[in-house]
This record gives sequence, C-alpha cells and structure tokens, in this order.
Amino acid sequence: MAADIKLYITDREGVRHEIEAPTDMGMNLMEVIRAFELAPEGTIGICGGMAMCASCQCYVNSNHELPEMGYDEEMMLSEAFNVTDRSRLGCQIQLTEEMEGLDITIAPEV
Amino acid sequence: MIHTDIIIIGAGPTGLFAVFEAGLLKLKCHLIDALPAPGGQCAEIYPKKPIYDIPAYPEVLAGDLVDNLMKQIAPFEPGFTLGERAETIDKQEDGTFVVTTNKGTKHHAPIVAIAGGLGSFEPRKPPIDNLEAYEDNGVAYMIKDPEIYRDKRVVIAGGGDSALDWSIFLTDVASEVTLVHRRNEFRGALDSVDKVQELKDAGKIRLITPAEVTGIIGDGQVEGVVISKKDEEDIVLETDYFIPLFGLSPKLGPIANWGLEIEKNAIKVNNALDYQTNIPGIYAIGDVNIYPGKLKLILCGFHEATLMCQSAYQRIYPNKRYVMKYTTVSGVDGFDGSKKEAPKSVIKTID
Repeated sequence: MAADIKLYITDREGVRHEIEAPTDMGMNLMEVIRAFELAPEGTIGICGGMAMCASCQCYVNSNHELPEMGYDEEMMLSEAFNVTDRSRLGCQIQLTEEMEGLDITIAPEV
Repeated sequence: MIHTDIIIIGAGPTGLFAVFEAGLLKLKCHLIDALPAPGGQCAEIYPKKPIYDIPAYPEVLAGDLVDNLMKQIAPFEPGFTLGERAETIDKQEDGTFVVTTNKGTKHHAPIVAIAGGLGSFEPRKPPIDNLEAYEDNGVAYMIKDPEIYRDKRVVIAGGGDSALDWSIFLTDVASEVTLVHRRNEFRGALDSVDKVQELKDAGKIRLITPAEVTGIIGDGQVEGVVISKKDEEDIVLETDYFIPLFGLSPKLGPIANWGLEIEKNAIKVNNALDYQTNIPGIYAIGDVNIYPGKLKLILCGFHEATLMCQSAYQRIYPNKRYVMKYTTVSGVDGFDGSKKEAPKSVIKTID
C-alpha cells in the first residue's frame, strides 16, 4: 500500500491547509482539491480534467521536481489568465510519493 | 409565445434524452440553450473525446453521442431556442410557467426541467482593469455582425480556433487586423494556423507574440490597447476595437436568482422521488442538480430525466392512470407520424 503524502494547499481565500493525500487512488491535484473541498464545486475541474478549462490552475511554491508539461497543458496555460512561471494545471499532476511536502496555491477564479 | 408541455433548459445529453422519455408519454418538449448548437459540454468542450461509461457503448465520441441522441429524439420533434440564455421565469396564476430568454423569446409550459449542466457558457474575460466599462464601446467577446468592423482597426487576443478564424475572416473586412497571443505557438486547426502564417507573410495580419494585452485606452470608447511583452517596454497600439477570444466558461447565471435552493453551485432536488426542486413544477436533472450521493455522470442524467418525465406526466394529468410500457412491446410512435416497432414473429410451418 502506497503511503499518504502531506500537501500544503493555499485556497483562493488565502487560507493554507495541510492535508494527507493518498497516492494509491490515481488522484491528481485537482481531484485532491475537490475531495478536500478546498474550492467550491463548480469552480474547479470544470472540464473534468481534460486540460481544457484552466479552472484548476495552481502556483507551485515548493521546488519539487514535477512531471513535465504536456502539449495540452502548455497550450491551455498559454490561453489562461493570471499565469506565472510557476503555473501548472492541477488536473495534469498525478500524485506520487515523490510529491511529499508539495506546496501550492490555487489560482484565482476567472 | 412558444407553447409546449415541458420547457427544457439546456440541450446537453440529459436534456436531449428527456425529450425521448417525454415523447413516450406523448409530452412535447422545447429546449433552450445559450450555445448555438445542441450537445452542451459534449459538443462545446470535448466533441472529439471518447466516453467509456455509457452503458452498452464500449467507447463513443462525445460528438457522436450527441448525434445519436438527436436521431433518437427526432420523431418527437423537439423545438429549439438556441443561442439564447434562459433569463427569467414567471409563475402564472394557473401554476404554469413562462420562461423568457435574454433576447426576449417567451416560452410557456406547465413543467420546466432545468438540465443546465454547469450553467450557460459565457465568454472568459481577461483580467484587464475597466475592461467591462468598454463593453459595447469597442470591446466585444464574440463577433455577431462582422460588418461593424468594416474599414476599422481591430485587435484580437487569443490563441485558439476562434481567435485564428476570426483574424483570418476580418482581414477581408477590417482595415487593420492585429492578433496578440501569449505564445508563438497556436492551438487551432492546422489549416487555420497555416492561413494566418500566409496572411502574416502577405502583411495582412500583424502578429504580436509572445505578448499580452494588459490595458485599454480611450475616453469612453476604445482608442487603443496596451500591449506588454516580456522584458520590453509596453507599447500602445491604436485601434477601434478589441476582441478578446479566450473561449467560454460555464456559469450558473440567472438561474441562481430563480428562488431555487442552491448548494455548491447546483440546484437541490428531491432524489427520493422525482428530482423536483423546492418550486413544484420545476425539476433539475443532470449535472446541474445536487442531492446526497450525486454523481455528475451522463448515465445518471439519463436516469434522472426518465423519472422526471414520469412525475411531469402525473403533474399534467393528475387523474390519468398510467403504467410504464417497454419500448420493445409498445414501439415508438413519433409525433411526426413515424412508427417504430419490433418485427412480429413469423409463423410458418416447416415441412
């Protein structure tokens, strides 16, 4: 059984949450945010995780080595708003044990 | 005024299938959708993507699912009000409803079924200060009448199909077309990307990449936009129009003000019975509703639509007795006079 990992997620109100997320459920970051209800339903993961809406945009605050951006994610981010060098789409980041301690901030809703 | 039995708000898979179930009960439906074509998210967001959890379809493209639903409901001749958003609902003295769209089209029925998914698709607006003050004064999020850009200067922002396609189209209309995109790459159909390249080489489109429009200048009317490039000074580009095309995002919109109980951006319904809302006669089915254990799946929407129609029938005909019939037994009698039925078994002696 894969271990749970600790994640630090700052919500859109600026509140920082420390959560224990499973790595054996095939979950991505967007799904973790929804599972822990850190953003209201209907404001995150609108396209369901197809990298087609950018409602799950996050800023990565820690220096974790994350999987490289795919073409879909890169193109979606190039059209999204409030994008910085640290922007990623939560739905494209599958949780793994290597992400222990990952620290992210959920981007504002557009 | 359009009169029908059930007004369905939202022409996604759930709304479309409700037409079929209503049709079996001889109830007529009229659908309203803010998008210009039926299909909802399936058609707007992911028409070319496969779905694997539609019962009996190991794999079906979202666009094909919509096409099949349209075929399935065709005999029941649904009406459509497309490209208009349901704006207000007024309960009449006799308990029926009038639903009016943003363009003033009125619909009248005893039953309203909200199958609005995540809401109506609204243009995504870039975060530019006082952008909204220039709306209809040089800023537009969709192009309705290209002629207003005749011999004018237009700046388009965005990197998807609509930004590319409209840039191409407007080169024949506008005096100047500038396309601003945050990257050098575009994600449109290959044809469109090539065509923009061609027009750029021919000097007909000014391409500014990687760059962003970050401000608007003008006294009550757009006179120019501020364009920012990384590591460079901002420039001001004079223009008559600024058209940001960054796709659409769903918003619950006016439905949220209809007096319905809302929880988590969805409409609360009675799932123990018939998916009715707190207002009798108004139902909510599919992704737009919420109840304990709710799953936003197309197959759940189909189920909800089916039960909703049974309840709607009872509401319209409180004194009629009715038992559900299998389509295999009763066939399907279309309002268009068509009849589908199982072939009768042949009785023949074998010598």
